[in-house]
Amino acid sequence: MSIKEAAHAVMKKAVQVAPDKWMPGATPDPLIRQKHGLIGTPVSRLDGPQKVSGTARFAAEFPLERMVYAALNYSTIAKGRIRELHTAEAAAAPGVVLVMTHLNAPRMTRVPLFGSNAKAAGGDDLPIMQDERIHWNGEPIAVVLAESQEQADYAKSLIRVAYEAEPSVTTFEVAKASSEQGVFQGEPLLLEIGDAEAALAAAPHKVDVVYRTPRHNHNPIELHGATVAWDGDELIVHDASQCVTHTAWSLAQVFDIEEEQVHVTSPYVGGGFGSKTLWQYQVLAAAASRLAGRPVRIVLSREGVYRIVGGRTLTEQRVAIGAQADGRFDALIQTGVVGMGRHNNMPEPFMLPAKSAYKSGTFRLQVEAARMDMVGNTFMRAPGEAVGTFALESALDELAVNLGMDPIELRIRNEPDKDPTSGVPFSSRHIVEAYVAGAERFGWNQRNPKPGARREGEWLVGLGCATATYPYYRMPGGVARITLTNRGRATVSIAAHEMGMGTATTQTMVTADRLGLALQCVTVEYGDSHLPGVVLAGGSQQTASIGAAVTAAHDALITELLKLAGKESVLSGLDSEDVIGRDGYLCDIHKPDRRESYVSLMARIGREQITVEGTAPPPLEFTHWSMHSHGAMFCEARVSGVTGETRVTRFLGSFDCGRILNPKTAASQFRGGIVMGLGLALMEETQFDERKGRIMNPSLAEYHVPVQMDVPEIDLIWTDIPDPHAPMGAHGVGEIGITGVGAAVANAVYNATGTRVRDLPITLDKML
Amino acid sequence: MSVNINGLSVDLPSDARVSLLDLLRDHLDLPGTKVGCNQGACGACTVLADGERILSCLALAVQYEGRSVTTIEGLTVEGSLHRLQHAFIEHDGFQCGYCTPGQICSAIGMLREVQRGVPSLVTEDLSSRSIALTRDELRERMSGNLCRCGAYNGIVEAITEFAETSK
Ligand code: FES
Ligand code: FES
Repeated sequence: MSIKEAAHAVMKKAVQVAPDKWMPGATPDPLIRQKHGLIGTPVSRLDGPQKVSGTARFAAEFPLERMVYAALNYSTIAKGRIRELHTAEAAAAPGVVLVMTHLNAPRMTRVPLFGSNAKAAGGDDLPIMQDERIHWNGEPIAVVLAESQEQADYAKSLIRVAYEAEPSVTTFEVAKASSEQGVFQGEPLLLEIGDAEAALAAAPHKVDVVYRTPRHNHNPIELHGATVAWDGDELIVHDASQCVTHTAWSLAQVFDIEEEQVHVTSPYVGGGFGSKTLWQYQVLAAAASRLAGRPVRIVLSREGVYRIVGGRTLTEQRVAIGAQADGRFDALIQTGVVGMGRHNNMPEPFMLPAKSAYKSGTFRLQVEAARMDMVGNTFMRAPGEAVGTFALESALDELAVNLGMDPIELRIRNEPDKDPTSGVPFSSRHIVEAYVAGAERFGWNQRNPKPGARREGEWLVGLGCATATYPYYRMPGGVARITLTNRGRATVSIAAHEMGMGTATTQTMVTADRLGLALQCVTVEYGDSHLPGVVLAGGSQQTASIGAAVTAAHDALITELLKLAGKESVLSGLDSEDVIGRDGYLCDIHKPDRRESYVSLMARIGREQITVEGTAPPPLEFTHWSMHSHGAMFCEARVSGVTGETRVTRFLGSFDCGRILNPKTAASQFRGGIVMGLGLALMEETQFDERKGRIMNPSLAEYHVPVQMDVPEIDLIWTDIPDPHAPMGAHGVGEIGITGVGAAVANAVYNATGTRVRDLPITLDKML
Repeated sequence: MSVNINGLSVDLPSDARVSLLDLLRDHLDLPGTKVGCNQGACGACTVLADGERILSCLALAVQYEGRSVTTIEGLTVEGSLHRLQHAFIEHDGFQCGYCTPGQICSAIGMLREVQRGVPSLVTEDLSSRSIALTRDELRERMSGNLCRCGAYNGIVEAITEFAETSK
């Protein structure tokens, strides 16, 4: 069932059960109107003191009694079988507690593949160390446990293997020959409106070009790792995770135990960007721990992360636009092929931005997937949009050059008044305002449209812009618990995640405003699979998912309070919609002087605390509105006339992402996305040896990410216009920052030099 | 054989393969010092050895016999944060916080290098004894500390504020 079908299936029932806050005709979240709370003020991270003092304990930092250390061996062929495996020497090495291979690993069920169930977390669904088969170059073939990391690392070097290789597909060209239709979130990545090819052929102006983007790796600085222990049949996993509930449920399937018997904690995550999900290392650590009867700490080496944690796949995208002389589009085509693992399902959906970005007479959008024998590729920050906007927004720039038109003007002329492919209205779209404000602030009018016209010494200087866009998502599964105490303190508990996005801080602010309590009186508990809710930290959906769940729990809490307070309270006779929290009181929304404090209400009720749970209504807002975040990205790039090196010297992101809840942490999210976008534009590439299917630069020394010197001061502005159909009027802001950056840089490089790079990253060799 | 860690004398490990990083994290349960690559590429493991910033993943613990090592845990005195730690919070010089201990230790070592007049790649006047901590000087000198969350702007602001108020 596709997401849309699922949504329709539950719609009827949902409407009967409860009035849905996010449906047409519903009252917008009252927090949107509230102007004097914490929302919108810059609040420093509440977990800041722990992080700056080194007292925040990450996954691989829990010391356990009798703990042993793990090291992994990885296959060196892409496909085939293990013919010989010699482990005796390793097993006899000093300190070694266990060598686990397919010969002695416990029998385990396959990890359910992400998307196959609401709580499935698997990056692929291959059997893990169950037989001698090899499925990709880098697959784990042995686990060594020893008393120290040094002993484990040494012992694993003593393992000797011989393989029998079989023919594999490791070249993109070969894989492309038998590519298949990509399917994303249950829907084929294919959209046709009218005859786009005919319209393109007939159009007086056109571009028709191919763009390529390479593989990328997330490279969070924290290595993937976990501390794992069994207590009888109970499994405890201290993990670095953006999906604790999914991981707990999936591990329960693997080891054939109940979901409640797996406890996954993840209080801090040292960066995720889509990669901190369930991969083989947690499963192998748990299996080895069970065999050895000892707790296990496993930390992948940086090379290990590249070998067994998938990254973003490569794409080849044709973008063709046919336009009239006034710039209006007759045809918009974005089609192409992406590489995909043989045992996963993640066809990098690069066509998504084009579905809603521009008005056009006809459309043809399609993503095909070419299966290869490689580690399962996965979500990486703005999957689809990050690379899709590079191609689409570069093509817009090329068309503007053809037409002799300003690229911002070209975009404004094709601005749709409703979603151009689904026909539903936008919930909130102010991209033109973002462009106008951004152009003014950046000094766009100083740009010389003629390429290569501005030279400063060795450097050619150019300006470029591009549109950023990312959908607003809210996934089903949001459940939150609120506990209110007789001292007027509240705790929100939800199985959500904090990987640096500022979620914990922001949600504390929001809850404080919702209840009318001071920030210090509210605690948000998260990062633990035993808490309520199924809340993936992905798709920038946590803000909305938590927001909707807490709204529901808040409603339940106020209803309960008013009911229990009874006739004696001044608030007697009021419903939860008639009251509002302010300064520690519940007040009549129309007569704020009619009020009673939480402390007094609780005393009247005679309870130490009240605990309620609320379930977010199903996410049906998407069926009524097209919901997206937007941004206008502006870049100044300098290209050396001598070496061809590109330096980005100025950058502005002008965003339209609903109401900004905490400007301090949101700004860091925007900047962080833009920095990763600069990496995508200029340096990032996972090099894949097409002969062997092996990643050749599995290290931070050879995979270049932006360093301090690569990043200019990044300027930011935002519209701050609330989306009336979203909780708090807010959109998640974690992914939009990376979108549009690749094209903004490439367009600036073109303006600087007249060289159009359609093949990322823009390295010096491509400029000479 | 011992090494001084945050003011306490600690026995060196008998296994000569143990890096200073693993001594801190695995043997002494001081996980404030982080690991991002174990090969000198990321700076997450930066600590101060007699006041100089070093990469503890590239240092064998036994080489530090008799030396004084300060880790992020040693910057906090009786529970109160170092001024640079405050500045990082104030300027949001981090997101996930994983590179942060390394950034902070590195910044402290870096500022001493500037004070001593050690030039960098972007220093224009190599003969000058006093080096101005321009934005570029700071960025160049902090480029060995990767931050994948991209908190670079906040890091510059935090260090700049700390340096200016320390004059
Ligand atoms: S862990 Fe030492 S430099 Fe990366
Ligand atoms: S704060 Fe996450 S890597 Fe720097």
